[in-house]
Amino acid sequence: MIEFILNNKLIKTKVGEGISLADFIRYNQNLKGTKIGCREGDCGACTVLSGELLNGKIYYKSITSCITPLKFAHGKHIVTIEGINKENLTEIQHHFHEHSATQCGFCTPGFVMSLTGFSINTKKTDFSQGINAVAGNICRCTGYKSIEKAIFDISEALKSKPETDEIAWLIKNNYLPEYFTEIPEKLKQIKPLENIEGKIVGGGTDLYVQNADGMSEKSVRFILPADKTDKIRIYENKIIIHSSTTVSEIINSEIIKNILPHLKKQLLLISSEQIRNTATIAGNFVNASPIGDITIIFLALNSKIKINSDNSSREIYLKDFYKGYKILDLKETEFIENLSFEIPENGFKFNFEKVSKRKYLDIASVNTAISLSINENIIKEIHVSGGGIAPIPMYFSKTSEFLKGKIINKEIVMSASEILLSEVSPISDVRGSSDYKKLLLKQLFLAHFIELFSIEI
Amino acid sequence: MKNTDSISHLQGKSIYIDDIPEISGTLFGLVFDSTVAHAKILNIDYSLALNLDGVIDILTFKDIPGRNQIGTIIEDEPLFAEDEVHFAGQPIAFIVAESEIIARKARKLIKIEFENKKIITDPREAFKEKSFITNPRTFKIGHIDSAWEKCKYIFEGNAKSGGQEHLYLETQGAYSVPSEKGNIKIYSSTQGPTSVQKIAARVLGVSMHKIEIDVTRLGGGFGGKEDQATTWAVMTALASQKHNRPVKYSLNRHDDMRMTGKRHPYDSDFKIGLSEDLKILAYEADFYQNSGAAADLSTAITERTLFHATNSYFIPNTRTTVYLCKTNLPPNTAFRGFGAPQGMFVIEAAIHKSALEIGVSVEEIQKKNLIKINEEFPYGQKADENGAVNSWNEADKTYQFKKLFAETEKFNSENKYLKKGISVMPVTFGISFTNTMMNHARALVHIYQDGSVGISTGAIEMGQAVNTKIMQVAASVLNISAERIKIETTNTTRVSNTSPTAASSGADLNGKATEIACENLYKRLTEFAGKYLKSEGKNISIKNETVFIDEKPSDLKWEKLVEQAFFARVAISENGHYATPEIHFDKSKEKGHPFAYHVYGNAVTTVTLDCIRGTYEIDSVKIVHDFGKSMNPLIDNGQIEGALMQGIGWVTMEEIAFNNEGKLLSNALSTYKVPDIYFAPKNVEIKHLESDGHKFAIMKSKAVGEPPFNYGIGTYFAIQNAIKSFNKNYKIIYDSPATPEKVLMSLYNQE
Repeated sequence: MIEFILNNKLIKTKVGEGISLADFIRYNQNLKGTKIGCREGDCGACTVLSGELLNGKIYYKSITSCITPLKFAHGKHIVTIEGINKENLTEIQHHFHEHSATQCGFCTPGFVMSLTGFSINTKKTDFSQGINAVAGNICRCTGYKSIEKAIFDISEALKSKPETDEIAWLIKNNYLPEYFTEIPEKLKQIKPLENIEGKIVGGGTDLYVQNADGMSEKSVRFILPADKTDKIRIYENKIIIHSSTTVSEIINSEIIKNILPHLKKQLLLISSEQIRNTATIAGNFVNASPIGDITIIFLALNSKIKINSDNSSREIYLKDFYKGYKILDLKETEFIENLSFEIPENGFKFNFEKVSKRKYLDIASVNTAISLSINENIIKEIHVSGGGIAPIPMYFSKTSEFLKGKIINKEIVMSASEILLSEVSPISDVRGSSDYKKLLLKQLFLAHFIELFSIEI
Repeated sequence: MKNTDSISHLQGKSIYIDDIPEISGTLFGLVFDSTVAHAKILNIDYSLALNLDGVIDILTFKDIPGRNQIGTIIEDEPLFAEDEVHFAGQPIAFIVAESEIIARKARKLIKIEFENKKIITDPREAFKEKSFITNPRTFKIGHIDSAWEKCKYIFEGNAKSGGQEHLYLETQGAYSVPSEKGNIKIYSSTQGPTSVQKIAARVLGVSMHKIEIDVTRLGGGFGGKEDQATTWAVMTALASQKHNRPVKYSLNRHDDMRMTGKRHPYDSDFKIGLSEDLKILAYEADFYQNSGAAADLSTAITERTLFHATNSYFIPNTRTTVYLCKTNLPPNTAFRGFGAPQGMFVIEAAIHKSALEIGVSVEEIQKKNLIKINEEFPYGQKADENGAVNSWNEADKTYQFKKLFAETEKFNSENKYLKKGISVMPVTFGISFTNTMMNHARALVHIYQDGSVGISTGAIEMGQAVNTKIMQVAASVLNISAERIKIETTNTTRVSNTSPTAASSGADLNGKATEIACENLYKRLTEFAGKYLKSEGKNISIKNETVFIDEKPSDLKWEKLVEQAFFARVAISENGHYATPEIHFDKSKEKGHPFAYHVYGNAVTTVTLDCIRGTYEIDSVKIVHDFGKSMNPLIDNGQIEGALMQGIGWVTMEEIAFNNEGKLLSNALSTYKVPDIYFAPKNVEIKHLESDGHKFAIMKSKAVGEPPFNYGIGTYFAIQNAIKSFNKNYKIIYDSPATPEKVLMSLYNQE
């Protein structure tokens, strides 16, 4: 039985654990404030908050409920627009009202929930983080300028939020209703679920786009670590990331920040806040999209993945995981346990480039990542990857091999770009023509060296 | 005044179709549609689907008691395909089941065999094959054929503009509820309730009075629910009629995108002639409109392309023709601007090309040719204001064109990989339905005996805040607090025979009707107050809910006044009827006075191009806009910002992709991208052009829905200018949208 708190109500349900959370909220619980606009996490109208206890403290994040399995809610506090409403408008709602930041209103509850999540989560609030919080919310009416103004006022008002006891402050200052104080105690009463049988799901952010109807009749199995607070760790000279780690968890990890300081900015190019909050790295790997951003990034870090079954375990390079279009080196009984890569040495540089029709929350036309170590101007080690230009996420072995041991200059980079193009065979599709993808790949490859070495092209 | 729906929107309490509490016994509908774009249907086997537990029925054309015909202007579109399908996504049957998911399972079990026929997706090919919706239309003025001789410069070219998905956040949907004696009430997410009513009656074979349409609001419309909301409403009604059960159908996004029409793509040829001093003397354009597989509103959209083919310019000799090319795509339909943006894009391309070829600035040509008061549009109406010139001058004065252009040039000389581009986009847009008979509306105003007021009109609230404006009108005329006023749902039994809420005219038409009704009530109430206060012959007025006698307040307040008037058997309900005066148009001559007035404006757009990656950002759009006298600046500015963003989307990232088989590739939000908050211009400035307003605009506040969409076109030209400053060899092609793909290819094209 799935057990969770929905707004201020304890839910115990035997409804199928594979149905989408949005369907449960709207059609089982009749809470119609959560809207469904696309059923693929691309519009944000279905945004709700998910609160989870970690070490006794509750953390909230925004999620797109249309592509989240109901089972995800187990043991959590799920908050819909009805769950934050008070008699008068909350602070978030108030600023939207003041700036006329709602027109047809259909997207509005989603925006309000994303920003309520922002108000709870964000330590040092600023305007740009407020904008980031709604990067996954589409509005077709306002043109966003009024919404920006509301977010500006909200982020200013939140500057006086203290670093501790935030929930109490948010209640006192009219962001949240009072019942929020009682939630942690109530959540402690809910026991974890037995989690053995069923379709393995990461975050579900692609699975539920592809086949929500099919999933609605299935059992769901999450691969969870023993300790949820230790998903990213250092072991010997390696960084080990558990398969269930979400993109947001990578962004917020101190370990990653120290080693790859620019990665946060680059990861913000991937999907939206809501989806980064649930999408897992292993989900991205097994999805096997030739254009998966996370896969491309970890390919360039020369990562390995540990693959488990119930009674055995093996480790392979991520680049060897892909055998053909959507064909994996993974048996029916196997699942990914974790990912690891070596802590880079001094002189290490990393860059990720992505171009899509829309800069944010879009699937790339082409993406590429590079990691390299430089010693006295000579490339000691280099790994280049790219997506959208082959049936699989590509590790460019010839290009990487060519550049190893070379001194970086314009001629070498141009020669490398020719080798790079010889390694790919893009097809024309809705994300661009084959000619475009080739040109774009070359440009983005050059962009790596412009960004990292200020080379003039 | 704030949007009257603002608070309930923000609390998630506003009700859309799929939020209406379900009546017990409700069934769920789902369309089974064609997977191919043009074929003969050989055989359909519904048996497996019908045998699925929970499937109640599958309705086809054979179940239609009336006529299988939903075309309005031209009757050329069946509700359900019979022997042939003409576009992928064409409805063939309507599955009715006990739940949505059962219906979806059933859909997968239907087996169909087609015999494929030749598929046309391109309007030029349709033209060659003589595949038309109807005859072409041509507007002309002056003597185009002899005018060329007088031109010093003549240029010819081609310009393409793409389709556009409406992407209203609330998908299409309807919920029909049968009642006694064969009556059916349909809750529909439609901009045109009367159209739904009329077509439902036609298909069901009943009189219009048997069908009641009720609309609370739409989660966005943008034209996409003007004609194309009808299909789903009629299907649910048909199922309700047959099974005597409530039936709901709320489309999922994929079905909506696949089955509904979009903005018409145009492929156009132009020829433009200028004198030595850069006066445009002659302009000729042939527009090949991709109409899709049926007429829908294409003939009306054709008209508006022609009405706006010369945008803000006076050109003495023109000939413009639209060919309505019939293709195997879903019937294209109304979308904010309604053919005008497609027309304006071509004249702007022609001017742009002329300037580049002659070696002068685009703005010099634009400015020299702006239409002045008393100059004639190609359709015979004369400009009755100097708005085109005034908005240009005001924009120049406020934003200092010279300085903006100089800054751009300086930036470009200092940056290698980043280039800026700038453009000016003047806009002139006519207000009224171009079909004169549609320009009328009614309002029913009830004053209840406790002094509260309920108003019904034909206007549909879809975010544009027409209800708020109507409330403002009533509060202002009756001189009472807006708190006393409620705007009712739009319902065909209260206000009948309505025109759709479209053509930016919703507030003007319905607001004026409300004004008339309220004025009549005001007159009756003040007359009664005179008698009641024994002050006949004196000047009686109501101010701020108090009756005044000769400008002095009496003790008689609104509530008491209403109560006493009611006791005295005064009629305190009123029906107001408004028909726009002065307008007329003779289609046999293509001349007349179709518009109540014009809206003018000007926008300066600056963009920054990343020339390594082919991506771009919009730095600023600085607008001077003619609102008349805006009755609600916050709401009107919101319309400008929203329309601008949609216009920018149309010429940048919004790319409709069909393959050669007529299958929609951009069929989801993951493949069809609309602007997000990051893509919004960093800076949008809106200055209101000083004006006394126009007498035919509601409270002198001009219509604002569509005109600012066209400001977005400026972004296309700003991007082209930026490309040109990076790649001097770039021969500009006018092929909108300027996707990152086209931009990158143009940046590095050396041919």
